Amino acid sequence: MNCDPYKRKPAQPKEPRLDLAQIRARLAELGGKQYWRCLEEIAGTDSFADFVHREFPAGVSEWRDDISRRHFVRIMGASFALAGLGACTKQPVEKIVPYVKQPPEVTPGKALYFATAMTFGGFGLGVIATSHEGRPTKIEGNPDHPASLGATSVFAQASVLDLYDPDRSQALLHGGEPSNWEAFLSAMNTEMAVQKMTQGAKVRILTQSVASPTLRSQLQALLTAWPAAKWCQWDPITRDNVREGARLAFGQIVETHYQFDKADMIVALDSDFLFTHPASLRYARQFADRRRVKQGGTATMNRMYAAEPTPSMTGVMADHRLPIAASEIEALARALAAEMGIATAASDAHAAWVRAAATDLHQHAGKSIVIAGEGQPASVHALAHQINESLGNIGRTIVYTLVIEPSPVSQLDSLRALTNDMKSGSVDLLVMLAGNPVFDAPADLDFAGALEKVRTCVRLGADENETSRYCHWHIPAAHYLESWSDALAFDGTASIVQPLLEPLYGGKTAHEVIDALLRQPGGDAYDIVRAYWASRNLFPDFEKSWRQALSDGVLPHTVLPVSPVTPAAGAANPNPAQAAQGLELVFRPDPATWDGSFNNNGWLQELARPITKLTWDNAALISPVLAERERLQDGDVIELNFRNRTVSAPVCIVPGQAENSVTVHLGYGRERTGRVGAGAGFNAYALRASDALWHGGGLQIRKTGATYPLSMTQKYHRMEGRDIIRVGLLDEFNANPRFIDALAEPRPGKEETLYNPKEFQYRGYKWGMSIDLNVCIGCNACTIACQAENNIPVVGKDQVARGRDMQWIRVDSYFRGSLDAPEIDHQPVPCMHCENAPCELVCPVGATMTDDEGLNVQVYNRCIGTRYCSNNCPYKVRRFNFLEFNAGMTLVQKMMKNPDVTVRSRGVMEKCTYCTQRINAARIPAEEADRKIRDGEIVTACQAACPTGAIVFGDLNDPDSRVSKLKAQPLDYWMLGELNTRPRTSYLAKLRNPNPELKS
Amino acid sequence: MSDRSEKASELTPLGYPEELLAPGQTYASVTETITSIPLAKHPPGSWYMGFAVGFCLLMLLFVAVTWLLAKGVGIWGINIPVAWGFAIVNFVWWIGIGHAGTFISAILLLLFQQWRTAINRLTEAMTLFAVACAGLFPLLHLGRPWVFWWILPYPDTMGLWPQFRSPLVWDVFAVGTYFTVSLVFWFLGLLPDLATMRDKVETLWKKRLYGFFAMGWRGSALHWQRQQKAYLLLAGLATPLVLSVHSVVSFDFSVAIVPGWHSTIFPPYFVAGAIYSGFAMVLNIMIPVRKIYHLEGLITERYLNNMANVMLVTGEMVAYGYFIEAFMAWFGGDKFDEYMMLNRAFGPYGWIFWSLMVLNVVIPQVLWSSRVRRNPVLLFLVAFSINIGMWVERFVIVVTSLTRDFTPSAWGFFVPTVWDWATLLGTVGLFLTLLFLFIRFLPMISISETRELVSETKRISL
Repeated sequence: MNCDPYKRKPAQPKEPRLDLAQIRARLAELGGKQYWRCLEEIAGTDSFADFVHREFPAGVSEWRDDISRRHFVRIMGASFALAGLGACTKQPVEKIVPYVKQPPEVTPGKALYFATAMTFGGFGLGVIATSHEGRPTKIEGNPDHPASLGATSVFAQASVLDLYDPDRSQALLHGGEPSNWEAFLSAMNTEMAVQKMTQGAKVRILTQSVASPTLRSQLQALLTAWPAAKWCQWDPITRDNVREGARLAFGQIVETHYQFDKADMIVALDSDFLFTHPASLRYARQFADRRRVKQGGTATMNRMYAAEPTPSMTGVMADHRLPIAASEIEALARALAAEMGIATAASDAHAAWVRAAATDLHQHAGKSIVIAGEGQPASVHALAHQINESLGNIGRTIVYTLVIEPSPVSQLDSLRALTNDMKSGSVDLLVMLAGNPVFDAPADLDFAGALEKVRTCVRLGADENETSRYCHWHIPAAHYLESWSDALAFDGTASIVQPLLEPLYGGKTAHEVIDALLRQPGGDAYDIVRAYWASRNLFPDFEKSWRQALSDGVLPHTVLPVSPVTPAAGAANPNPAQAAQGLELVFRPDPATWDGSFNNNGWLQELARPITKLTWDNAALISPVLAERERLQDGDVIELNFRNRTVSAPVCIVPGQAENSVTVHLGYGRERTGRVGAGAGFNAYALRASDALWHGGGLQIRKTGATYPLSMTQKYHRMEGRDIIRVGLLDEFNANPRFIDALAEPRPGKEETLYNPKEFQYRGYKWGMSIDLNVCIGCNACTIACQAENNIPVVGKDQVARGRDMQWIRVDSYFRGSLDAPEIDHQPVPCMHCENAPCELVCPVGATMTDDEGLNVQVYNRCIGTRYCSNNCPYKVRRFNFLEFNAGMTLVQKMMKNPDVTVRSRGVMEKCTYCTQRINAARIPAEEADRKIRDGEIVTACQAACPTGAIVFGDLNDPDSRVSKLKAQPLDYWMLGELNTRPRTSYLAKLRNPNPELKS
Repeated sequence: MSDRSEKASELTPLGYPEELLAPGQTYASVTETITSIPLAKHPPGSWYMGFAVGFCLLMLLFVAVTWLLAKGVGIWGINIPVAWGFAIVNFVWWIGIGHAGTFISAILLLLFQQWRTAINRLTEAMTLFAVACAGLFPLLHLGRPWVFWWILPYPDTMGLWPQFRSPLVWDVFAVGTYFTVSLVFWFLGLLPDLATMRDKVETLWKKRLYGFFAMGWRGSALHWQRQQKAYLLLAGLATPLVLSVHSVVSFDFSVAIVPGWHSTIFPPYFVAGAIYSGFAMVLNIMIPVRKIYHLEGLITERYLNNMANVMLVTGEMVAYGYFIEAFMAWFGGDKFDEYMMLNRAFGPYGWIFWSLMVLNVVIPQVLWSSRVRRNPVLLFLVAFSINIGMWVERFVIVVTSLTRDFTPSAWGFFVPTVWDWATLLGTVGLFLTLLFLFIRFLPMISISETRELVSETKRISL
């Protein structure tokens, strides 16, 4: 193995030399923010196309976790190595040395950014992935993508950890024994030959909701080739009710698109549109735009009414929140519809609330939205459509389009049919593309039992889970950051999914698996996706549009057109459901593991769930009234007996929970998962049957007497009269914009110090941050984004219980008012970067100090760990490495770390740095270009991820910067300002806009 | 000599025992009594028992410290917000205990209080050992103890000095000075006695060992003159330390902004508390030692009475400190302080607060009775209660204030782990080991000074 660069002869390129003039012309053509990977790409040489196709030399498909770093760097560096890309494929693996002759756009230490898309909940979310020397380390939103608008959810942020999960499936298995792709292909060859004879009558494909048009066309091709085969879909967080509701109302299945920025009045019927809706990031941004308050006197903001069984992010933002059982929402909807003059079986539920909402809706006809959640039955959705129509909202705040699937199906029916077929033994070959139906299919279907009867079962999956135990073939799936694919957003916008690195473990995409069934040998995902888009004939110049799509992250002109539909009268009249008697069980997707697919993601398991602040477990959420009745406390284990199924669960008391509703979150209690998820929580799917997928009555609980330790990051939720969050009413603000000044002690003047107040003048940049509490929805995206950006370790359940969680920014939740229907406020708390920092005074070695731009810097290599700074911090934003939390990192986990941020060892204090690495990344080009850093060039990780734009960072010495203007607003205040810490992070007080007629 | 203890002591008109030295003591008898202990072939059985206990706990300390250095401070119960737990509580407790020795050695010397004579050697040794135990904790509680030396002021290549505004740097100076001065002071007083031991031992290697440390003391007039002058000067140096060291330690808390820490009463309150706990520890050691080694003739009831009086006075000062803190929390109108006081008394750690009141305020009131003050058993029990109480006081100050400070979302709880207890008990073991070794090998009462007392009491009584 000759690694000596000086001895090796450079390879001879076969192409003509690159025409730089042509490249320049091309670059000028492309314009804007283009992400191009190399000059050859722009030059469009054939060898580049070939090169991209074969990005890495063959033979790198096997990856072992213990592979040496040197070998890895060699492989990674091979992507853009050496003289002449066209000659790449000729280089033998052994002689590759990274970056001897570095490609022009790759600067070691400078990240590259690639637009791609993540599929979540059956829809595409456009993201921009940051790549350091071939390793994706961070995900940001794609501002051009309609579902993202630049923001990301916690799931998108944490997805990069899934790429590097050491528990990922690493080998193709046949009957539990390692095998290879060729063996799989030949087995399928034989199998398909047999099945062809019956036109595939015994072939079934089971997928989750498909967002990829390429995959859909492949599956259609499969079904055309074998007309008797069936394609079934199942997603545990199914949108069946939404679709059925649309079908009831309109006679056809349409997708509803809301424009919350145009709505002044919103009624949410058990709808968590700010979080669980596929377009939640977009809706959060729109909602925030209408919620944000600018100047006093004439400020307006929207008003929201929410009715729901359990506090959700949306419900907590509402001005009037009604905690009622999920099964009572239908009666409420009917009452509301009756107020609109819609003929329906009437009810007098919560008359005052309904009347107030109805009056407000009438006053804002055409500028209002009534939305129902995916857990509500179809009739509630139909009622919502009718109400919106009667208010004239359609075409103004609401538009309809077709769904992204040409022929949508009811997923529950699809799964049921499949299970029946399997049980009757009429399925020979079942191909499952991802998913975990053994775990998450409705319990009454007994999917595991049915699976045992299938002769050959193939599963493509990222992990070996409960379902793969029953499968004969297990194919490791490529992560989306390793795959060629595509995805449609909620509104139909298409994005190409492009990989940032070669699959770490030789994973395959769904395209390759399905192609292997269609023809032998199967094609490459890249070819398949390209072929599909070429066949669509959407663009005159395919190559140019393809490159444009890769660089923008979206394909233009793919948005679905608006469908002019109107709801039919009386559509929702079929028998109104009876409200549940006794206790009701409510199923919800988990804010961290979603449906269980993120169960093994350490960042998400350690994330404090909104409101409960629970980590590492789920719990049965109960109301204080129920807790009192049954004499239950947090951590008491109860037995949930729901329609003859029993599961034990620990209890968590949640103020604001509907009195007789018990909420359980899905996705825990996995039997077969990685090291992170093992033992976390209890399995709520065991209680979920097809007759009550979202909620149902007839729950019985029994106290077992056992207790279970629950780890929460925040245990006290009252402000105790302190200046933490200032809240007021919109009317108060309009009457007196400075009314918040009276809510707390006055801000100390600059002269109130024993030191010389003019001692230091911040003449250069003066960094500061403003957080708008009006629009923070508590989604925690900032927390995970910070964790990803700053290499924050995961400490585990036991350490979190001991109070040693490490997240630099946390979202605190505070309750005000009554225990049964409190008002809940969120507050993101990063380091305040105080000008009079109490922490700096007490550090004996001077490991923390303020720099000349106002940043409170923590010098890790000077810190000896006395922890005095943490004691003196009134905000408790400092985190200490009590143990070696980064111990035992595998090589793959090390790859995930952001190289611009130190990985801290034990004994050292750490805290939010205002993303100082990003400040420096912006400072360097600014200094090179001899200009100041412009406002908006530095976006901290938390700011970038926030869907509502609640966090704004910038230069306070620039009067035109966004942050300066926000701080000049009368709502601006310092948290605990009376302590005279002079924090650079300030908050905009929270205003509520309640209906003065409704006392609640 | 033992029948002296049975004879009822003479009482002065004010009601306290008269004699400093049992009648009939001569120079020879004093030397004989005191040196017979280290010169004894075998120490009494109780010494072996005590030493065994101390030694086992010392081994426990080694295990605890090794595990701590291997794993990190996370093995203790500390967290955010309670980033300081047992380690700092123990540190302050041990330093406080040390103050009695310096008080007795230095202040009482300058005030010409002759009743310091029989106890000052032992208490000064106790101070040294207590400071040694205390000094472990600022090192051990560091996240990165191997770079502890960055807190010391030395000229480094980067021109980096410690951050002098931090009370922890002041601690370095305070505790360092305290230890050094105490050590030198103690050693200086020990010199003539080491010479006595050198002259009395019989085996050569022991003679050489004692002789080495006796530094050539011949008992000449010049030696005595220099020794006495140096001793007086060091006493003058050590006296302000009694007040300054624990004031500086209290600055660790009062300079911080934490409600419950940020209090101007802390320096005098801590100093009073230190002397309080120190004397309690002195009594806890002195009373059994006096009984086992039959030293009632040299350590008379007058000593016990006086020490109890000092405890009573400082105890009342400490009680005043408790009261004024609570009063100011109400009077000052600061909502954080109000909450802190209510939380301390009625919050999750309320039971600890009330036991503190009982141990430190209620029980020691019995010291008003002179009968109790002269009763060794009762005095021992009261002193023990105070010892525990003073540890609990530091726990209440350090830990409960940290559990709930400004931001309610960050409020937490502290539960000590087995390693917290192991380290605490381990340092008790270190202390006991050193103490027992001291008792075994060095004269625990100052021979030279007691002999001075013989001549003085002879003069007085005549």
